[in-house]
Amino acid sequence: MSGLLYLIPIALFLGLLGLAAFVWALKSGQFDDLDGAAQRILLDDDEPEDRPRAG
Amino acid sequence: MSAPVSAACPLPGRAAEPGEPGLEPAPFVRVDPENGLLRLDLVVEGVHCAACIRRIERALGRLPWVKEARVNLTTRRLAVAFEGDPARASEIVATVEGLGYRAVPFDPSRLEGADAAAEKELLLCLAVAGFAAGNIMLLAVSVWSGHFTGMGEATRTFLHWFQALIALPAIAFAGRPFFRSALAALRRGRTNMDVPISLAVILAPTVSLVETIRAGEHAYFDSAVTLLFFLLIGRYLDRRARGAARAAAARLLALRAQAVSRIEPDGTTRPVRPESLEPGQEILVATGERVGVDGEVVAGRSELDTSLVTGETVPQPVEPGVRVFAGTLNLGAPLRVRVAAVGEGTLLAEIVRLMEAAEQRRSRFVALADRVARLYAPFVHTLAALTLAGWLVAGAGWHFAIMSAIAVLIITCPCALGLAVPAVQVIAAGRLMKGGTLVKSATALERFARVDTVVFDKTGTLTSGRMALEAIEGGGAEDLDAAASLARASRHPLARALAAAAGPGPAAAGVEEVAGQGLRLSSPEGEWRLGRRGFAAEVEEDGRPGAELWFARPGRPPVRFRFADPLRPDAAEVVAALRARGLSVELLSGDRRATVEAVANRLGIGRWAAELAPDEKVARLETLAREGRRVLMVGDGLNDAPALAAASVSLSPASAVDVSQTTADAVFQGQRLAPVLEVLEVARRAERLVRQNIALSIAYNLCAVPLAVLGYVTPLVAAIAMSSSSLLVVGNSLRLQLGARRAESSSTPAKADTRLAGASA
Repeated sequence: MSGLLYLIPIALFLGLLGLAAFVWALKSGQFDDLDGAAQRILLDDDEPEDRPRAG
Repeated sequence: MSAPVSAACPLPGRAAEPGEPGLEPAPFVRVDPENGLLRLDLVVEGVHCAACIRRIERALGRLPWVKEARVNLTTRRLAVAFEGDPARASEIVATVEGLGYRAVPFDPSRLEGADAAAEKELLLCLAVAGFAAGNIMLLAVSVWSGHFTGMGEATRTFLHWFQALIALPAIAFAGRPFFRSALAALRRGRTNMDVPISLAVILAPTVSLVETIRAGEHAYFDSAVTLLFFLLIGRYLDRRARGAARAAAARLLALRAQAVSRIEPDGTTRPVRPESLEPGQEILVATGERVGVDGEVVAGRSELDTSLVTGETVPQPVEPGVRVFAGTLNLGAPLRVRVAAVGEGTLLAEIVRLMEAAEQRRSRFVALADRVARLYAPFVHTLAALTLAGWLVAGAGWHFAIMSAIAVLIITCPCALGLAVPAVQVIAAGRLMKGGTLVKSATALERFARVDTVVFDKTGTLTSGRMALEAIEGGGAEDLDAAASLARASRHPLARALAAAAGPGPAAAGVEEVAGQGLRLSSPEGEWRLGRRGFAAEVEEDGRPGAELWFARPGRPPVRFRFADPLRPDAAEVVAALRARGLSVELLSGDRRATVEAVANRLGIGRWAAELAPDEKVARLETLAREGRRVLMVGDGLNDAPALAAASVSLSPASAVDVSQTTADAVFQGQRLAPVLEVLEVARRAERLVRQNIALSIAYNLCAVPLAVLGYVTPLVAAIAMSSSSLLVVGNSLRLQLGARRAESSSTPAKADTRLAGASA
C-alpha cells in the first residue's frame, strides 16, 4: 500500500514525459508529412556525393 | 545506394510544356523574420516516392546558396530556404523543372487557413485525452478489482483522488472543441450533438468529484475521459479527411495558375501574377494562351474559344473594343488587352452577384446527426429528470436518486451517436479520394445520398472541353498525315488536336508560323498552307459554324478539317446508369441549340435547354427545388457557378474555372464522367451505414437505459457498455471499406481511371 504512494506518481510522471515528447514532436512539425516520413526511411544519408556538403 | 529506389520510381510523366508561361516566382519569396533567410514555397507535381524526394532535395542542395530544401510528400509541396537575391527563386524553379517535375510557386498563407490550425488543436486534445484515458484506466481497473478483493476504503479514495487529479485538467483541456461548439449552438437557441456530450462530460467528473470527497464507492472519471478520447478520434479523422480533400483541391488550382504577360512602358513584356495587375495596364495574350484577366481588346483581331466561360463551343471573333473574359482561350493572332477594373459591370461581377443571391435563397441543410440530436437531447434530459423524481417519490434518498439520474445521463451520452457519422464519412471520403474525387464540404455526402435529379452542363462536363478532330472534308488519311507534319510544329490548340488525331509522326522542317493565320511550308512542288479559311484556301463562307482548319497543297483541292468538342468517353454509359437508378437527368447549356440537341439525343437525355444565360440556369434549378426535387448540378464553366451554388449539391471537374471549383461541394479529376456515378453510389451506401449506426446506438441505449434508471449502472458497467457500443459502430462503418475491396477485386484492375466497374459493382 505505501508503495503506491510513490509508484503511482512515478508512473504518472513517466506518462507525462511521453505526452510532453508528443507535444514537442507535434509543435516541431514532425506530423506534417506522414507520407513523406514513411518514404524517407528508404533514403541513405551517407552517400559519398553528399559528404563534402555535410562537412 | 539509392539505385533500387530510383528503379522503383519512374520519372515523372509530365514535365512543364516548353514555352508554357509559368508564374514568376520572385514575388512569392518571403523573408524569414527569425534568421533573415529567404523562403519560397512551391507546389510540385509528379512527386510520389522516396526517389523523387531525394532527386529534388539533392539537386537543390547542390546549389551553394540554398540552405534548406524539404519536400512534403503529403501535401506535394516543396519549401526552400535560401540566401541572397530573391531573383534566384526562378533558378530554383528551373532546377526542379529540369528534373522533370512541374513546380508552381504559391502563397502558403492563402492555401492554409484555419484548417491546419484546427487540425493541430484536435490532435493535441486527442493526445491529452489519450494520455489521461490510459492512466485513469490503470487506476480504475485497480478499483474495480478492489470491489471483488476487498480493497480498503482508504486505498480506494486515494486512487479516486489520483483519477480526479488527472481527469479534471485533462477534460478541461481536451473537451474544449465540444464545449465551444455546444455553447455556440446554445447561444443561437439550438441544440446539437455536442450539447448532450458536453453535459455528460462535465457532469460525470463533477459528480465523481463529490463522491470522492465523500469517500464514496463509485467514480466515473474513466468513463468521461474515455468517451472524450473516442469522440476526439472521430472528430480528428473527420477533420483530417476533409482537410486533405481541401488541400488537394487548392493544389489543383495552384498548379493551374498561370502568369500573364504585362506590357511594360518600354514595350517589353514581363510575366506577372494576374492579381498584381492594375486597371488600365495592358497585357499581351499570345496564340494558344488563355486570357488571364477581364478586359477590353485594344489591338489585334482574333478568335476566342469561350467555352469555359459561356459554354459556347463555336469560336467567337474579337476585335478592338470587344470585352474579353478571364478563362477564354486565344485561337488566333496575339491580342493586346487592357485590364478592366474589378466590378466594372464585368461578367464575373454579375456571376458573383447571382451566386450570392442563389446561396441566400438556398435553404440551410441540417446534418442528420444534428436532426437526431434535436430529438435526442430533450428526450434524454427529460428521462434523467424523471428518474430523479421517480426515485424521490418512491422514497429513495437524495443521494441514490441523484446518482441514478446522473447514471442515465452518462450511459445515454451519445458516444456511439457521435461516432456514427464521422466514422462512415472518413472512410467514404477516403475511398472517393483514391478515385480522384475530392469531397470538400462536411455535409456533402448526406446531400449526395438524397439526390433524385442530376443536371448536367454540356461543355467541359459531358464533353471533354477540348477540341478534337471530327471530320475531314474533301480529303483522306494521306491529307491528315501531311497536314499533321506541319501541325506538329505549332502550339495552336487546333493544330495540336490535328497532330493528336494523326498520332506520332515526323514534324516537317522549315515550317513557318504566320501569327493568327496559319502555318506554311515550302516544298519542292510549291507552298503548303495549313490555317484559317482566307489564309490557306480561297473558299467562300458557307455559313457552317464551328472550329476548322484548311489545308492547301499546290494542284489539289483544299481540304477542310472540322473540329468539335467530343463527349467524355463514358458519358453515354454514365447517363444510362443514372437513369437506370431512377434519377431524372437534365441538360442545361449555354451553347447553341443545334449542338446541345445533338448531344442530348446521343446521350438519350429527354429534358434539355440551350442558349441559357447564367440566371436562367439558376431559375430552372429553383423551379426544380420548388417541385421538391433534390438536384445535383454538375458543371464547370463560369456561367455554371451560380447554378452550382443554387443546387442542393454540386460537383465540378478539375478542369473547371476557379470560381466553379471553389463553389462546388466536390471536385472530380480525370477524363471520365464515372466519378459522378461513384460519388452517388458511395454516398448512398454511406448514408445506409450512418442510419444503421444510429439505429445501433439507439438500440444500445434502449437496453442500457432501464439499467441506469433502476440504479444498477456502476462505473464498470458504464465503461463496458460504452466501449462496446462505440466499437460496434466503428466496426459497422468499416464495412464500407470491405465492400469497396470486394468490388475492386471482382472487377478489372480498379485504378483511378477505371472506376466505372468498381462503382457499379
